[in-house]
Amino acid sequence: MRFSFLNLAKQALSAHRHWPEQWRFPEPKAAYDAIIIGAGGHGLGTAYYLAKEHGLRNIAVLEKGWLGGGNTGRNTTIIRSNYLWEESQGLYEHSVKLWENLSSELNYNVMYSPRGVMMLAHTVHDIQVFKRHVHANRLQGIDNEWLTPEEAKEFCPILNISPNMRYPILGAALQRRGGTARHDAVAWGYARAASAMGVDIIQNCEVKGIRRDPSGAVTGVETTKGFIGTKKIGVVAAGHTSVVMGMADVRMPLESYPLQALVSEPIKPIMPCVVMSNTIHAYMSQSDKGELVIGAGTDAYTSYSQTGGLHITTHTLDAICELFPNVRRLRMLRNWGGIVDVTPDRSPILSKTPVKGLYVNCGWGTGGFKATPGSANVFAHTIAKDEPHPINAAFTIDRFKTGRLIDEAAAAAVAH
Amino acid sequence: MSLTLRAKRSGRVDRTKPLSFTFDGKTYRGFEGDTLASALLANGVHLMGRSFKYHRPRGVITAGSDEPNALVSVGSGARHTPNLRAPQVELYDGLVAKSQNAWPSLSFDVGAINNFLSPLFVAGFYYKTFMWPNVAWKKLYEPIIRRAAGLGTASSEPDPDHYSTRFAHCDVLVVGSGPAGLSAALSAARTGARVILCDEQAEFGGSLLSELHATVDGKPAAQWVEEAVAELKALAGTVTLLPRTQAFGYFAQNFLGLVERVTDHLATPDPKLPRDRLWQVRAKEVVIAAGAHERPMVFPDNDRPGIMLADAARTYANRYGVRPGGRAVVATAHDSAYQAALDLKAAGVSIELIADLRKEANGPLPMAARAAGIRVETGMAITGSTGRLRVNAALVSKLGTDGEEAIPCDLILMCGGWTPSVHLFSQSRGKLVFDDARQVFIPGESAQAERSAGACKGSETLAQAFEDGFAAGLDAAAKAGCAQGKATQVKLAGVLDAHGGFLGAVPHPHDAGRVKAFVDYQNDVTAKDIKLATREGMRSIEHVKRYTTTGMATDQGKLSNMNALAIAAEALGKPIPAVGLTTFRQPYTPISFGAMANHSRGDLFDPVRKTATHAWAEAQGAVFEDVGLWKRAWYFPHAGEDMHAAVLRECKTVRDSAGVFDASTLGKIEVVGPDAAEFMNILYTNPWSKLEVGRCRYGLMLNEAGFVMDDGVVGRIAEDRFHVTTTTGGAPRVLNHMEDYLQTEFPNLKVALTSTTEQYSVVAVQGPNARKIIAPLIDGIDISNEAMPHMSVRLGKICGVPTRLFRMSFTGELGFEVNVPADYGQAIWEAIWAEAQKYEACAYGTETMHVLRAEKGYIIVGQETDGTVTPNDLGLDWAIGKAKPDFVGKRSLTRPDLVKADRKQLVGLLTVEPQTVLEEGAQITLIGNPPAGTSALGHVTSSYQSAVLGRSFALAIVSAGRARMGETLYVPMPDGPIAVTVTDPVFYDKEGAKLHV
Repeated sequence: MRFSFLNLAKQALSAHRHWPEQWRFPEPKAAYDAIIIGAGGHGLGTAYYLAKEHGLRNIAVLEKGWLGGGNTGRNTTIIRSNYLWEESQGLYEHSVKLWENLSSELNYNVMYSPRGVMMLAHTVHDIQVFKRHVHANRLQGIDNEWLTPEEAKEFCPILNISPNMRYPILGAALQRRGGTARHDAVAWGYARAASAMGVDIIQNCEVKGIRRDPSGAVTGVETTKGFIGTKKIGVVAAGHTSVVMGMADVRMPLESYPLQALVSEPIKPIMPCVVMSNTIHAYMSQSDKGELVIGAGTDAYTSYSQTGGLHITTHTLDAICELFPNVRRLRMLRNWGGIVDVTPDRSPILSKTPVKGLYVNCGWGTGGFKATPGSANVFAHTIAKDEPHPINAAFTIDRFKTGRLIDEAAAAAVAH
Repeated sequence: MSLTLRAKRSGRVDRTKPLSFTFDGKTYRGFEGDTLASALLANGVHLMGRSFKYHRPRGVITAGSDEPNALVSVGSGARHTPNLRAPQVELYDGLVAKSQNAWPSLSFDVGAINNFLSPLFVAGFYYKTFMWPNVAWKKLYEPIIRRAAGLGTASSEPDPDHYSTRFAHCDVLVVGSGPAGLSAALSAARTGARVILCDEQAEFGGSLLSELHATVDGKPAAQWVEEAVAELKALAGTVTLLPRTQAFGYFAQNFLGLVERVTDHLATPDPKLPRDRLWQVRAKEVVIAAGAHERPMVFPDNDRPGIMLADAARTYANRYGVRPGGRAVVATAHDSAYQAALDLKAAGVSIELIADLRKEANGPLPMAARAAGIRVETGMAITGSTGRLRVNAALVSKLGTDGEEAIPCDLILMCGGWTPSVHLFSQSRGKLVFDDARQVFIPGESAQAERSAGACKGSETLAQAFEDGFAAGLDAAAKAGCAQGKATQVKLAGVLDAHGGFLGAVPHPHDAGRVKAFVDYQNDVTAKDIKLATREGMRSIEHVKRYTTTGMATDQGKLSNMNALAIAAEALGKPIPAVGLTTFRQPYTPISFGAMANHSRGDLFDPVRKTATHAWAEAQGAVFEDVGLWKRAWYFPHAGEDMHAAVLRECKTVRDSAGVFDASTLGKIEVVGPDAAEFMNILYTNPWSKLEVGRCRYGLMLNEAGFVMDDGVVGRIAEDRFHVTTTTGGAPRVLNHMEDYLQTEFPNLKVALTSTTEQYSVVAVQGPNARKIIAPLIDGIDISNEAMPHMSVRLGKICGVPTRLFRMSFTGELGFEVNVPADYGQAIWEAIWAEAQKYEACAYGTETMHVLRAEKGYIIVGQETDGTVTPNDLGLDWAIGKAKPDFVGKRSLTRPDLVKADRKQLVGLLTVEPQTVLEEGAQITLIGNPPAGTSALGHVTSSYQSAVLGRSFALAIVSAGRARMGETLYVPMPDGPIAVTVTDPVFYDKEGAKLHV
């Protein structure tokens, strides 16, 4: 049943008894044309675009737990495309353009809200770096503008621009088309739309092995629900990608870290945009529910634990309180962690692999949510055509051998 | 004042100490010992809040921190604090409280229109609409939703209070001071263990504070508590008592976070006191005695003001001496509500009926209630309520019948049973197990050094709580290595045991699709919302939670989660454990951002590192910039000069005469040991073996990927000793990098690394007159050009102080860097300055340093490099020891992409219009007006006006730049392109003659 105000009103008359399941709960078939491992936003989106744009409908998405339960459902939902390198700009801008129409495309309100993402400069070095971004983005036709501290405060009135701060705000780079979206809705929207086109989403189905023929090509996956045959496997398992790829003897250049985030108790709107400060490690927005959504850092050591150290949180909140001194009396409601998979150059891998029929989409580090539609779209292309889309052609595994890195972190001189 | 709603018994409230407070502008009276909730109830006020979505009128429902409804704002102006739970707000004279999320008033709230639209506003409705047109979400729908959502408001002013933190260690941390917690603390403390006892409430004692009849060892419960606390207090050397302190988080290695509310309960706190204090406790052993949460019953219209949890009402009556109503109906599935009925009856409340959902209720408490003449009906469900801003009747019906009886009342007490508070246990990563018989999750196997005691463990009786507590305290102390203690027992009397419980929605004869039976009060999640979610495919409890928002309110599901789980399980036809639990996350209850940030604010936000000459520079009017943690003198403006003028003058002075510069912030690492040279060979690209003692070399450090990571001049002090300098910002990173390799890759090398950054003050004297300036001050070093050539280092004295004197230059002029022990830094600086003035030299800052080095084409790591630049890109191949078998990054340098012809290379740029100064970071293109999507050839890395050149100049990284000498390229700017000519990056003294004078 289509989602619309009219249908909502109609269903209200019968106490909403007739809404169907948003996705099916099929048992796995013996074989599929393609299998996606991981039902997060990127994986479900990949299945959606495979079905919609490439006509591959005999496909399945396998999920160890519940769909959307990984980083898709535990991130701070920031969307932007004002990256430095052209490769990144291409990928994230492709994504922003898909975000702009995603609710109607999926017939699911993903609440994409282009509220503006403002990145603060605190040092002379920051100014140099951000202006470089502004110029680089302008050349690619991507909006990003430089603001004075006063203009930054006008855009976000609770911002502290006092010159007496420990690290005063010297300016900001603003991408007005950046913003936020409702994370769960993205997973659910893709799942519903993909399922409607025949994609089998199989939850509580953990992949235990990848079977290959003597030539090395994949032939299927061993799962907790038995063997499922396929000639194409797309691995989209975020923090656990190394584990899954290990089943096909592919060693990944990834390290996994816990990354934390937190929300405040809900309050009436005070925060009209997203503010990020890489230098003092803080970023914040306000959800539609009224919670301040705050991103914290990663632990210093690798781990698969979906929680992190207290000192990471306190360090984030001290930065938040410096930037927004009026939130100091507000309270932290919930603090959680997710596992982020980080590559040596902090850019993702969206690529074919040395194993025939095996494709991988991983390494999003701390910033994968924003890329969900774009990443899924070009990864579907890569799987369907057995060659990358021009937009993800540079995001190979090979680049760590050839040296053609896409190093956003080094360019921004930040750890995350 | 009227005492009509006060019970005869005053409880723990001091009726001789009246207090005045306001709620929504109206003045009320209360007493010392009251909470805001108890005082409002005593004044007949039940309506304390509005719900989140439907704006339904709501009364206080609990007597504790799990309150979902009665959220208020307290204080005004900068101290306005939203979302406080009324049962947790301690009353003081002059307290100002306001209701939230209601306009124009709490009793008449326009937002309640949502309640009439509620047939539309079901779970997840917003995912199904508001999609057309695309832009309308942000422009139209979202602003409306945002205004309606949220609870209280944030103050617009900065918080004037301060916060604090303490780190503590103990043998045994006891969380909770009810019967189990107090017993645990006592038995542990008696062994001599260092004990910390914390409780979120103002008073220790927990449920014992509401006991009227129980005696412990023959004493009234309250007296036993008093004596227990006195005994603990007497052990002040080993026992720390923390009331008003919430253990909010259980982290790895028995590390717990606690927040102590220090002043919120005081009318006029000592301004020296912090508002909250964060305790970061490392405990050898932990006893969790967190109690249990009473569950509401999920029945239609179970949310009117005047409907509350039975034991909460008992607490208000017994502990605060308040009659929360005149005529009460009790709806229960657990014996404990009978005790509440009996105690309220004793307080003067008429108990109209106890409707027990269970078929039978023959425990001692139900029998006692019947004996007291209370009407008790079993097999009877509460099926609704009536009333507007206060309940005026309860609807009850016999199970299996359609008939409904309305019983007039102004109070409905409900008890669905008790949910053990397993939050901290679960946070500690212990596994929960489902007790099928009692339908509760209880702690299973421990993952850390902890144990639970009392109700949070699932123990149901007071006797069991004491027994658990004493045993847990002894066990914890013993495991912490303290003395073996003696087993303790207490004799209880006057307590009747209570059992029972019910999960899920109460059956009722109404159309389930039309009524609202609330599961999560604050977020307005009803039983039918949960069923709708399961119908729509939300089969995991996480999906149910996220789709309906149940358990996501400020109580984080303390009251609602088990009922929601049971309703979902029933709808899915699965056993409860198969549907799963959502994760228990910290904090247990919300804690202030201020407590988390504590001292880290203002200048204490990050340590401020200042050099020895900071005060001198300040006195000279220097402007400072932040570089890492350091404050560095940026430039020294004379009267009337702006930065531009000051820097031009400083640059000219250095080149004409000399300048003095504080280079102390550069990182310094002493690399010492028999294998020091070998270690340097591995960490830096350059060859070090043949560097003579007394000579220096420019060192280049790469990361494994082959990209430039750091640089600096390195002096060989002795065969086995190098004085390494790093960039200012890179110092910690370089030391970590070195330690990483030394400890993990080359542990065989005998090398010790010591950071000496702060041991030395470094005064750079640069310019043609540099030698003349320092000559009169130097002892024991021949600083002539012949005896001490460029790039050498000597040990000697300056002004009698030992120095490592470097001859080196970052300006292109004759230069020395005087390293002296930091304590002498200012004195030596002033001595040099006195000499410098004889030559009309200047003091200069980082900006002039940047310009002068750029004129020479010297790079700054982080400005000319960005983590993607190789030595060859920078024209620094000469710094690579070609004969060395290996160094970090060597293998990467031969990778295909690192040897490509079109790599971006360091070049100089001169604007065709000589006075135009390019913007750093600007992009460089082949044509002046490139269409969007054009690839840049590179970017401007450094750009300045030069005094010596009499024009602007820039450094840039440009694709195949070295092959483009003389080519015209463009820097496209918003107001038009700027034409530039590609040049060699060295603009001044290309031959280096000035370095060797």
